Amino acid sequence: MSKKLLLQHIDVPGINTYEVYRKQGGYKAVEKALKEMTADQILEEVKTSGLRGRGGAGFPTGMKWSFLAKPEGVARYLVCNADESEPGTFKDRYLMEKIPHLLIEGMIASSFALGANTAYIYIRGEYFYVHRILENAIKEAYANGWLGKNILGTGYDLDLYMQIGAGAYICGEETALLESLEGKRGNPRIKPPFPAVAGLWGRPTVVNNVETIAAVVPIINEGGANYANIGVGKSTGTKLISASGHINKPGVYEIELGLPVEEFIYSDQYCGGIRNGKELKAVVAGGSSVPILPKELILKTAAGEPRLMSYESLGDGGFQTGTMLGSGGFIVMDEDTSIVKNLYTFSRFYHHESCGQCSPCREGTGWMEKILKKIISGNGTLSDVDLLWDIQSKIEGKTICPLGEAAAWPVAAAIRHFRKEFEEYVTNPQNIVDVKHYYRVNNLAAV
Amino acid sequence: MPKVTIDDIEIEVPDGTTILQAARMIGGEVVPPAMCYHSKLKTSGGYCRTCIVKVEKGSEKDPRPMPKPVPSCRTTVMDGMVVRNKTAPDIVEARAGIVEFLLINHPLDCPVCDQAGECDLQDLAYEHGKSHSRYDFQRRTFEKIDIGEHIKLHMTRCILCYRCVKTAEQITDGRVHGVIYRGDAAEISTYIQNVIDNDFSGNVIDVCPVGALTDRTFRFKSRVWFTKPVDAHRDCPKCSGQVRLWEKGGEVLRVTARKDKYGEVESFICNECRYDKKNASDWVIEGPSKVDRHSVIGANHYENSVLSATDDRQQTGLPHGKKVELGEGALNPNNIY
Repeated sequence: MSKKLLLQHIDVPGINTYEVYRKQGGYKAVEKALKEMTADQILEEVKTSGLRGRGGAGFPTGMKWSFLAKPEGVARYLVCNADESEPGTFKDRYLMEKIPHLLIEGMIASSFALGANTAYIYIRGEYFYVHRILENAIKEAYANGWLGKNILGTGYDLDLYMQIGAGAYICGEETALLESLEGKRGNPRIKPPFPAVAGLWGRPTVVNNVETIAAVVPIINEGGANYANIGVGKSTGTKLISASGHINKPGVYEIELGLPVEEFIYSDQYCGGIRNGKELKAVVAGGSSVPILPKELILKTAAGEPRLMSYESLGDGGFQTGTMLGSGGFIVMDEDTSIVKNLYTFSRFYHHESCGQCSPCREGTGWMEKILKKIISGNGTLSDVDLLWDIQSKIEGKTICPLGEAAAWPVAAAIRHFRKEFEEYVTNPQNIVDVKHYYRVNNLAAV
Repeated sequence: MPKVTIDDIEIEVPDGTTILQAARMIGGEVVPPAMCYHSKLKTSGGYCRTCIVKVEKGSEKDPRPMPKPVPSCRTTVMDGMVVRNKTAPDIVEARAGIVEFLLINHPLDCPVCDQAGECDLQDLAYEHGKSHSRYDFQRRTFEKIDIGEHIKLHMTRCILCYRCVKTAEQITDGRVHGVIYRGDAAEISTYIQNVIDNDFSGNVIDVCPVGALTDRTFRFKSRVWFTKPVDAHRDCPKCSGQVRLWEKGGEVLRVTARKDKYGEVESFICNECRYDKKNASDWVIEGPSKVDRHSVIGANHYENSVLSATDDRQQTGLPHGKKVELGEGALNPNNIY
């Protein structure tokens, strides 16, 4: 049984209420942080822990915090990114829904470490009921003196606000999130300046994922060094994985980083194998935007070593034979899945969610979707596959924010590993299942 | 004063200069094309991505190359930076891709577009684009709408450069138009059927790099290359009064702001100058405007003028068009703008 740091009390009845959470040792991290530690000590612990951003990019959190500009007399902000919009990822929702106080505790400790007196949780519009749960939890925290003026008599003030988004994928990008939080259209900003220098309202800001902030709590409780002992290499600690797709037991699992992928998919403790006794075909390991990998590459690296659930092992081989841990949205596909149709679904999503600011993404995502639609409706040609490849290469790396890459990578990986399937679609369109029917039964928009 | 090397040419520039500005200081072929950047507007640029360049060496202190192409209009130079524009084949390739993206939903209706001849997108496609399109789907279209008494919005042609939004925000009080919707459905729109109505509203027409915002008083009056640009000024209480008159047959067809050789407005003008002073007698004529842009006009009509065009063309590296004999009257100053 692997160690659980975030979800260890998840099954305790009433853990979403303050009393139960407190009884289970909640808010100890805040007590320890505010009374026994200085801000620099917390920063050091986080650095020692090797915690990496859990939102997708995997940037070391301690380093991100140390980049925060600290000019005298200028307010700093901590913003929690709860706009969990990556398709296939639902771990933050689970965490906030079940243990809202863990996030609030992490927010208080992190804000103290950063010297922020105002913190925000930006939550996506679709999580309206989670928003209500969190609002209640914040009220409870205020009522019990964990938020507000002079917390625990230490003289430290913190106000925590929630902001609900309108449901745009792009607002999960940190600068677009800040724009949206300021009440503007959620367009990503052009960097530099980075949020650590000029973020919310032009002031230094740290934007962290829900899980990252929650992980600060066990780091303070148990010490950074102990946290760093869990995991493998530079992937330390535990990670929440949202497992979905054709598996027996979909859900959110907390794993120690370094768990073999094979064990994760087939062990009864986790996914429990492929549904209906089918064969595994492919896995999208970290949310829809990371490259898809076929069975032989997800279970073993190109060098033949077992693939582990860690930032390095999943990234082994670059994008030629590897992928990314990303946000931990683990989508498993069985042998009956059509990679081309799946890719069309992804591309449709990115086309719909492109903000329209910069031209490669605005025009390219729509173009890719149209070509994929043409292919799956049986009208494609072989040159369309090459064109698709060319378009994705012209989007990748040319855009303001990573949405361009997020749209380009799945296309590139699907063509790289499953080109034969595309060619099958193009050369034998009569074998294709009726697309209109497919969309009708799935209650999706008409093709 | 940082030193930057662009396409193997070194130049020393003031602190805070962007790569694009530094390239313009060098001039000629190293200048990346720009569609959304406008030197007179703050925070413009970064959207169209045509000006992307490759940074081979970040700076003297941190010589690592930048991992991705950067927009030169929004990237500040550092001491010792090494930049590649035309000399990087992958940048030339990427730029061709961007031009293709900009054109896939553009109607290419230049034959009926008022902007033709002074259109930045036309020039860009002419220099960096390809002669055919790989896009075989229906293009995005919008209805034409009048936004205000003098301005026509033809959204189908728009490339979403945000210049008009920034103009309205920075030179007028109370912007009433902006971008609504998302992705390739995004459009410039007035706030709930509002009209753009203020003394400086006409400037959005001048900053529009394509024919999306056109002057209703000039629509379909004449192709721009049949009109003669003349620089003129008057004492205007509201603006600088420095304008360009576009004449045809002794009649002033329209008044615009003066633009520099990158097609960017030199100083914004008010609506009184633009729409109400259409008699040559209202103005003090300074003389013919020097049109030295590397534009479609420059490649044809102005090609043969005996003035400075040759030098400019050598700098911009444009191929010479076919030679036309200088006909009678070619040395008449009225014919050689």
